[in-house]
Amino acid sequence: MFENLQEKLQRAFKTLRGQAVLNEENIQEALREIRLALLEADVNFKVVKQLIDHIQEKAVGQQVATALSPGEQVIKILRDELIETLGRDTARLKFASQPPTVVLMAGLQGSGKTTTSGKLANWLKNGGHRPLLVSVDVYRPAAREQLKVVAQAIKANLYEGEVGEANTATVERLAKEARREAINTGSDVLIVDTAGRLHIDDQLMEEMQSLKRLLNPQEILFVADAMTGQDAVRSADEFHKKLTLTGVVLTKMDGDARGGAALSIRQVTGQPIKFIGVGEKYDALEPFHPDRIVSRILGMGDILSLIEKAEQNVDKKKAEEMASRALAGDGFSLEDFRDQLRQVKKMGSLQSLMGMLPSIGPFAGLQKHADKVDEKQLNRVEAIINSMTAHERTHHEVINGSRRKRIARGSGTSVQEVNNLLRQYAQMRKMFKQIGKASFARKLAGMKLPGM
Amino acid sequence: MIQTLFGSLDEQQKPSFLDRMKEAVTRTRENLSDRIEEVVAFSKEIDRATLDDLEATLIGADLGTSTTHEVLSKLREKADRKQIKNVDELKRLLKEELLAILAAANSQPVQKVDGTPEVILLVGVNGTGKTTTIGKLAQVFRSQGKTVLLCAADTFRAAAIEQLEIWGERTGTEVIRTKAGGDPSAVLFDALQAASARQTDYVIVDTAGRLHTKTNLMAELEKMRRTAQRIIPGAPHETLLVMDATTGQNGLQQARLFTESAGVTGIVLAKLDGTAKGGVVVAISRELGLPVRYVGVGEKPGDLLPFDARDFVDSLFA
Repeated sequence: MFENLQEKLQRAFKTLRGQAVLNEENIQEALREIRLALLEADVNFKVVKQLIDHIQEKAVGQQVATALSPGEQVIKILRDELIETLGRDTARLKFASQPPTVVLMAGLQGSGKTTTSGKLANWLKNGGHRPLLVSVDVYRPAAREQLKVVAQAIKANLYEGEVGEANTATVERLAKEARREAINTGSDVLIVDTAGRLHIDDQLMEEMQSLKRLLNPQEILFVADAMTGQDAVRSADEFHKKLTLTGVVLTKMDGDARGGAALSIRQVTGQPIKFIGVGEKYDALEPFHPDRIVSRILGMGDILSLIEKAEQNVDKKKAEEMASRALAGDGFSLEDFRDQLRQVKKMGSLQSLMGMLPSIGPFAGLQKHADKVDEKQLNRVEAIINSMTAHERTHHEVINGSRRKRIARGSGTSVQEVNNLLRQYAQMRKMFKQIGKASFARKLAGMKLPGM
Repeated sequence: MIQTLFGSLDEQQKPSFLDRMKEAVTRTRENLSDRIEEVVAFSKEIDRATLDDLEATLIGADLGTSTTHEVLSKLREKADRKQIKNVDELKRLLKEELLAILAAANSQPVQKVDGTPEVILLVGVNGTGKTTTIGKLAQVFRSQGKTVLLCAADTFRAAAIEQLEIWGERTGTEVIRTKAGGDPSAVLFDALQAASARQTDYVIVDTAGRLHTKTNLMAELEKMRRTAQRIIPGAPHETLLVMDATTGQNGLQQARLFTESAGVTGIVLAKLDGTAKGGVVVAISRELGLPVRYVGVGEKPGDLLPFDARDFVDSLFA
C-alpha cells in the first residue's frame, strides 16, 4: 500500500479539480493516505499526529497552484515538513579542543554498536585521525573479542585491558585506562563501545551515566536499528533523558525498512542523525542526508544519489538529448540504446544503481531483482548492436530474418538472443513513451528536480 | 529502463498487476468498513474516542495499519451484533479476536525420524539475538536431560564463533566449529555427521545474521537446508526466525522472505523484556500463519519462555 503514496494522493485529489483553494474538507482523504503511509513506515503514531496537524495547518488556505497538481503540492508540503523535522543539514562530529575527543556509543542490544564503532574508527582514520577503540562491554559473551577482530580488520588501535570481574567497577576502570592510553599513544579520538542495554534497566543506565561523568564525552551517539517500530520513541527518549545524547546513528539502512524510526527518534530527542550504516563492510557508513531518507520514507527512492552518480559519469548533454528524443516518442534508436549502455557501464555496478531507484511508478518491483542482474549481458547486447549496420541501428524495422542471422553470426550470439534484444528494445520504446507522459519522469529525465 | 534487457520487465509486471488487484480489494474493504462504521450506531459508552484509543493501542504495539483495521472492523461487527454496551466487554472481545489470529497460526515442526537427531536452524536479520537464543535453547534441552550439539555456522561476523562457544561452556554443550570465514554448509555437514554418529537428541544451528534483501545470502540458507536434508531425513525439522521485539512493520517482510528461502516454521520473539510489545507477530500470524514458539526475556540462560498467547495479548493492553 505504501508504494503508491503519490498515486493515491493524485486520486485523492481528483475531486479537487476546479477548486481554487485547499481547505480542511478537500484534503481529508489525502491526509488519511499520508497518515497510513507514515504509520506503515513505522513513524510513531503520536509523531504522525503532530505531523498531520502541521501539514493540515500549512496546506489549508493555499492556492491550488497551476504548476503542480494538488497531490504534488501536498507531497511538497509533506516533504518539506519531514525534512524540517529531520533537520536540514548533515551534522558533523564535534571534536574536543584538547584531545582526545571521546565518543561514547550507546543503544539497545543488537542495534549495531560494535560494528558502528569499527566503521566510525575507519571513517576517522580515512579522515586523517588516529582513533583508539575500547570495548567496555564486559557482559555479553565475546563482545570484546568482536571489537578486537574488527579493530584488526580495519587496522585501528585498540585498548584491550584486563577484565577480571564483570561489573560496573571494571567498566569504569577500563574506560579510565583507555583514556590514559589514548593520551599516551597520541590518539586524538577515543571510541568507547558499550554493552547493549534496555532503557528501563536502571542499574545499567546508571553505569552509562557514570561513564559519562568519567569521560566527559564530546559525542554520545545513540545507535538505533532502522527497522525499529513504534517503541523507538520510548527507548530514544529514555536514553536522551538520562544521557543527553548528541546524535544518532541509524543502522541496517541497507535493508528495505522505510526507516520511519528516524523521524520518531529525531522528534523526541531533537538530536541530529549523523550517520547511517548501509552494509556489513567497514566502509559502509555514510553521512546522513535528511532529504534522501524522506524520499525513502515516502517510497520515492534515493533519486538524488542516483542523479549525483549520473552527473559524475554521464555526458549530460548527450543524455538530455537522448532523453528528450526518447520521451517524445519514436526517436529512441538502437544507436541511442548503445550509447546509454556505455554510459551505464561507466556509472558502476547495475546492482547499486537499481537499489537507488524509487519503488514507485515504472520502477516498482525492480529493486529486488538487483542481485540477479548479470553484468556480462551488457557486453553481449553491445556486441549485437555493434554487428548491425548504421542503417539498421536507426531503422530497426528493416532487420529481417536473414539480417538477424548475419547479426548473430557477427556478434557470436544466437538468433534467439538477437530476437530477444529486439523485443526488449521495442518494449523500451513503448515504456519510454509511457514514461514521457508522466510528469514525474519528465523531471527525472531532465534531471531537474525542484525541491529535492 | 535498462533492466528490460534481462527480462525483469516481464517479471515485475505480473506482481505489480497482482498488487494492484490486491490494493483494489483492500480499498473496497476499507471503504466498506468505513460505511459500516457510519451505519452502526454505537451506544454512548462505546464512542469514536474509545475506538480511537483501541486503534492507538494496537498501532502503538506495532500490529500495523492493515491488521489493526481488520481487527477493529471485525470488532465493530461483533459489538453491534452482540449489543455490547461497555468498554471492558469490548476489550475482552478484542482480545478474543487477537487470540483467534494467533491460534490459527499453528504449523508444527516436521516430525523427526526415531533415532536421528532433531535439527533446529536459527535464522534472522543482524542483531536480533540468534546466538543468545541458541544458548538459552540449549539450556532448555539440557535441563530436560537431552543431549545437544551446537553448530557454529555463523562464520562471518567477528567473534560469533567465540560467542557461541561461551554459551556452549555455560550450558555444558559441545560446539562444532570451523575457522572464521569458512563455509557454513561445510560446518553444518560436519555437525550433522557428528550428531548422527553420536545419536545426539538435538542439533542447534547458528547462522550469520543477514538482511532478507540480500539475495545471495538468502540463497546460502537454501543451500544449508539442502545440505541438512542430505544427511538427516526431514532436517531441518524446525527453522526458527529470531525477531527483535522492537521490530516494526519490516518484520512482515522479514518473515515473508526468510520463509521463502529458509522455510521458517516458527518465530522466537526476542528482547520482550523491554517496553516494545512485538505486535508485528500478530500481523505475521495473520498473513503467513507462522506461530510464535518462544519469547526471550533477558540475557540469562533461563530467560527463554514458551510463547503464551493469552499473556502476550494481555501485555498488549498493559
